[in-house]
Amino acid sequence: MIISVASGKGGTGKTTVATNLAISLESDVQILDCDVEEPNCHLFIAPVIEEVRTITTPVPKVDEEGCTLCRKCAEICQFKAIVVIGETVLSFPELCHSCGGCMEVCPEKVITEAGRELGVIERGHRNGLDFVHGRLRVGEAMSPPLIRKVRSFARSDMLTIIDAPPGTSCPVITAVKGTDFVLMVTEPTPFGLHDLNLALEAVKILGIPRALVINRSDMGDDQVRAYAERENLPILMEIPFDRRIAEAYSRGKPFVEVMPEWKETFLELYRHIEEMAG
Amino acid sequence: MIKELVVISGKGGTGKTSLTAAFASLAENNALCDADVDAADLHLLMNPKVREHHDFQGGGTAVIDPDKCTECGSCRDLCKWNAVSEGFEVDPIECEGCGVCVYFCPEQAIDFRVKTCGEWFISDTRFGPMVHARLGVAEENSGKLVTLVRQQTRKLAETKNLNLIITDGPPGVGCPVIASIGGGTALLIVAEPTVSGLHDMQRVAQLAAHFKVPAMVCVNKFDLNPDQAQAIEELSRQRGINVLGRVPFDPVFTKSMIQGQTIFEYNTQSEAGRAVKQIWDKIGKALVINR
Repeated sequence: MIISVASGKGGTGKTTVATNLAISLESDVQILDCDVEEPNCHLFIAPVIEEVRTITTPVPKVDEEGCTLCRKCAEICQFKAIVVIGETVLSFPELCHSCGGCMEVCPEKVITEAGRELGVIERGHRNGLDFVHGRLRVGEAMSPPLIRKVRSFARSDMLTIIDAPPGTSCPVITAVKGTDFVLMVTEPTPFGLHDLNLALEAVKILGIPRALVINRSDMGDDQVRAYAERENLPILMEIPFDRRIAEAYSRGKPFVEVMPEWKETFLELYRHIEEMAG
Repeated sequence: MIKELVVISGKGGTGKTSLTAAFASLAENNALCDADVDAADLHLLMNPKVREHHDFQGGGTAVIDPDKCTECGSCRDLCKWNAVSEGFEVDPIECEGCGVCVYFCPEQAIDFRVKTCGEWFISDTRFGPMVHARLGVAEENSGKLVTLVRQQTRKLAETKNLNLIITDGPPGVGCPVIASIGGGTALLIVAEPTVSGLHDMQRVAQLAAHFKVPAMVCVNKFDLNPDQAQAIEELSRQRGINVLGRVPFDPVFTKSMIQGQTIFEYNTQSEAGRAVKQIWDKIGKALVINR
């Protein structure tokens, strides 16, 4: 089973929920940090890294010798990543989406593949916990291909927990699509509610069973609870604001390790998810 | 010359939008831009009166006409995103909009439809005019929409003779953030004093350096972990980032948000408010110095 943890708004507690759930389960669990722009799970899991892989995406390289300046590559490219100016073919690898259109269309076959670095994937473990995350190269704009790569490490022999990026557009969709359950995390504030609403619409489009965790549940108002009820979105867990939790978080400590009484609450959360996901 | 302050953070939820709104109430002769088109929240505090409403056209999406399709499989072979199903239907969520299948379809059975994938608005608020947007749920092209709202804000500022734009940026370091910072006069990085906050602000500071936009930093909720706050400030100084100050953890942020107000409208005397005011004064001076 793959559980993804998503939120819409950033900073609501996705990483807190994903890491504490994983640690409470102890073994046969894998965490995939798909927030490749700002991955944070490793700060809490402190995994021993066993493998680091640089991930590239194919971009065009033009051999101008054989180029007849027919402009077909520039015509097919929807992203202005390859253009013909005067007698020169210019490619802008950072704009390239790696569709392969220019290579396919080139009648002289003078366009070959070069690689643009998207970032790295690091794989490791801590005790019985399997860990994988992606780290987008600073300056790289496109996160979905790296997120897809992180997801390709999902193992069928254990529970996979995905920490998704914030937002509601392509990176989140890439992280959440095809997972078995979405655990949504919000805070009970107007911003939390507004972005939860957007995120829930996205999850509905994907047709994935879902439930809600309310973090800092006593700091705000009751609008999120009323919304969840209207939307038939079960609230599986509430985490109150507690300075000890905030401090543990600030130091990179999973709070179930500081407050072990919470482990059972996370295990119960998992049992509810199992029931709901079928 | 019009100056633009872009508020970013790397990590989400550090207080970008609350601070942007607070600054807006202190600024004069300014326009506002919400560049977090993916999960825009600034309007919840600004209560904008929409004056203009426009559709945002994204890229194309492939649509196969089943009457013309001979199921030759060329599109399925070419598609790098596996967006074409066995029944020769294109999944619009998977479709990247590259148009390669459209170009090569021997039957010309694939239509490339430009879709409306969001909307953008020009509004009036009690703290100046504002340009904001809503990207359709599960849509792409957020960077393009960010670029558009920033261009429109600049245009608006020019017509109205405003000399400052305050832009509320998105979290992360990817496409929408890159689109938010290019050409900005200065960035304000709102960091929080946690290991995640430190890690993420470091990446966003690298991004600022990569694109050569001068950055400043302030630490929000600093008293949750003063040691981490200090670590962030030290790191900033090492990188030549101007440290503007610290804002304490203060429930006034949540309380004012619930009222749809800035922290100053909710409470003129809060401790956080005093700190934000001091930071704003420093930004005012820094914006004149930079460039």
